Amino acid sequence: MSEVLVLVDSNSLVDGKVSKPTLELLTIARRIGEPSAVLIGDPSTGSAVETLAAYGAEKIYAVSASDGTDITGYLVAPKAEVLAQLVERTGPAAVLIPSGGEGKEIAGRLAVKTDSGLITDAVDVQPGDDSTRGTPVTTQSVFAGSYTVRARVTHGTPIITVKPNSAAPAQHQGAGAVEELTVTISESAKTAKITASEPRKASGRPELTEAAIVVSGGRGTGGDFTAVEAFADAIGAAVGASRAAVDSGWMPHAFQVGQTGKTVSPQLYVANGISGAIQHRAGMQTSKTIVAVNKDDEAPIFELVDFGVVGDLQKVLPAATEEITKRKG
Amino acid sequence: MNIVVCVKYVPDSTADRHFEEDLTVDRVGVDGLLSELDEYAVEQALQLKEKVGDDSADHMVTVLSVGPERASDAVRKSLQMGCDAGVHVVDAAIAGSDAVGTSLVLAKAVAKIGAESGWDVVMCGMASTDGSMGVVPAMLAERLDVPAVTLGSEVELSADSGGNTTLRIRRDGDTATETIEATLPVVCSVTDQSGEARYPSFKGIMAAKKKPVATWSLSDLGVDAELVGLAAAYTVVEDSQARPPRTAGQVVADDDGAGAHALVEFLASKKFI
Ligand SMILES: Cc1cc2nc3c(=O)[nH]c(=O)nc-3n(C[C@H](O)[C@H](O)[C@H](O)COP(=O)(O)OP(=O)(O)OC[C@H]3O[C@@H](n4cnc5c(N)ncnc54)[C@H](O)[C@@H]3O)c2cc1C
Repeated sequence: MSEVLVLVDSNSLVDGKVSKPTLELLTIARRIGEPSAVLIGDPSTGSAVETLAAYGAEKIYAVSASDGTDITGYLVAPKAEVLAQLVERTGPAAVLIPSGGEGKEIAGRLAVKTDSGLITDAVDVQPGDDSTRGTPVTTQSVFAGSYTVRARVTHGTPIITVKPNSAAPAQHQGAGAVEELTVTISESAKTAKITASEPRKASGRPELTEAAIVVSGGRGTGGDFTAVEAFADAIGAAVGASRAAVDSGWMPHAFQVGQTGKTVSPQLYVANGISGAIQHRAGMQTSKTIVAVNKDDEAPIFELVDFGVVGDLQKVLPAATEEITKRKG
Repeated sequence: MNIVVCVKYVPDSTADRHFEEDLTVDRVGVDGLLSELDEYAVEQALQLKEKVGDDSADHMVTVLSVGPERASDAVRKSLQMGCDAGVHVVDAAIAGSDAVGTSLVLAKAVAKIGAESGWDVVMCGMASTDGSMGVVPAMLAERLDVPAVTLGSEVELSADSGGNTTLRIRRDGDTATETIEATLPVVCSVTDQSGEARYPSFKGIMAAKKKPVATWSLSDLGVDAELVGLAAAYTVVEDSQARPPRTAGQVVADDDGAGAHALVEFLASKKFI
């Protein structure tokens, strides 16, 4: 069986823990071939190696630069070089990369370097059969979630970026054989660099794109997210926002849901004081269950909902939060 | 300073977008326009030029679009906003190209634009509003063998210790706000957080009529037609299905606080609490 290269999410290793999207990729990789995790950085951080093996990694390529350069300080180009060298060496059945700004850039460069086809933002990947010459078939959601498209790569190595929540991570003990790999990074790959970084402080809530429940607030909050956040905490949700709320400076951009923010597909999405513009829908329309609270009964968001309340969110949410807290006793 | 800004002509996202029989996006049968996300790129390109100073021919912003006949609308709008010259690459063979093919054509066109006096910055939007892969800037940088600074919400030119000009951006990432920089020449992409794009003024609209627009075919770029288009795409769409429209569910009015209770009942019935 061929190897399937899985790029370990770079956010993973900050505290030595492997992120959920990476575990999802390993689970998907196992459908297609033998998962090999590509870990850029120090494998001895935390329990990364054990976790990767526990979720099916047969091999773990621990990559460092031959001249000791810290690859992680140099954006995407060196990471794409590393993967290109591994593709050449292993002839994998596919390369799976977490979708997201960085992942997609790495994938784009890798596709050019290896003269391969690229599919981004897959929400499902299934093994191919004879009719697809064995190449995996991906599912994507396009045009603001109004179409579902199945596609595959027909040239070179299939390079696929996969969205979070595309599979349930399943444990499966792999050999987890660590292979240290030093690679040379070209000078041109080092030319763009991060010169300053100001980490955001953790909210303690679930990660927006990975959460099972997302509670969002829009312009209708009037800038006061207290009720939205308290409700989110009562049901263990991540907090999101519309662009109007982000543009007003009420929430950081990383919380924006929509075309130019995050696409989320949780089990439950609760939109509060959000009208439901097409650009917002693009980021939440594929959620399993949609709920809205809006004081305008003609707000377009109500066309999408499974359940809606026409009312003032500053009244409805605190009352609902109180009742939930009481029920939980 | 020689700046090239890449823009795409896309189907209007508020119109009914759909696929053609060959499973490519219908770009002819629906109203199109300059991708809203590329307007931000045009704006930042113009601001960079304005920051370097005078309006002389030494500083140019060239708008570049690869697309069908009607993509000339996107070129014209960019000229009206203030770009100095336009290049429209149009060729029947390009239809159906994927990101790999498109980035190849763009790279060749950028090289041709810079053939005489070089180029300094290629400015792109963060993604198109139709395909929305967001990979073209990275692919273009890879093909041009230059660094890319992407998803900027602020863009500025500065000089490094060696006296080279660098482009510096601020990126609001998921875990941190970062400052990223690279020495020119560079590919840059900007987000919709970078600042509202200007509207064409009456003066701009009149001036645009006199601005030069070159129309190039694949052979002008020395690109083999076999390498682009639907037949040469490295990906194939197996099928596409319209998502069943969501059927509107129950909507209740919040009379005397009944809404909150009904909401909690609904969440409990779905086992969310
Ligand atoms: C290129 C482009 C990209 C974009 N990308 C995004 C994106 O990624 N994400 C995004 O969200 N938008 C995006 N937008 C913007 C989008 O078009 C809308 O402007 C935006 O989503 C509106 O946000 P909103 O629903 O919070 O505000 P509004 O449309 O102003 O709606 C506010 C709603 O709150 C309700 N309300 C007011 N007070 C209360 C109250 N007390 N209780 C309950 N309800 C109340 C009102 O009835 C109204 O329906 C983009 C636009 C463009 C052009």
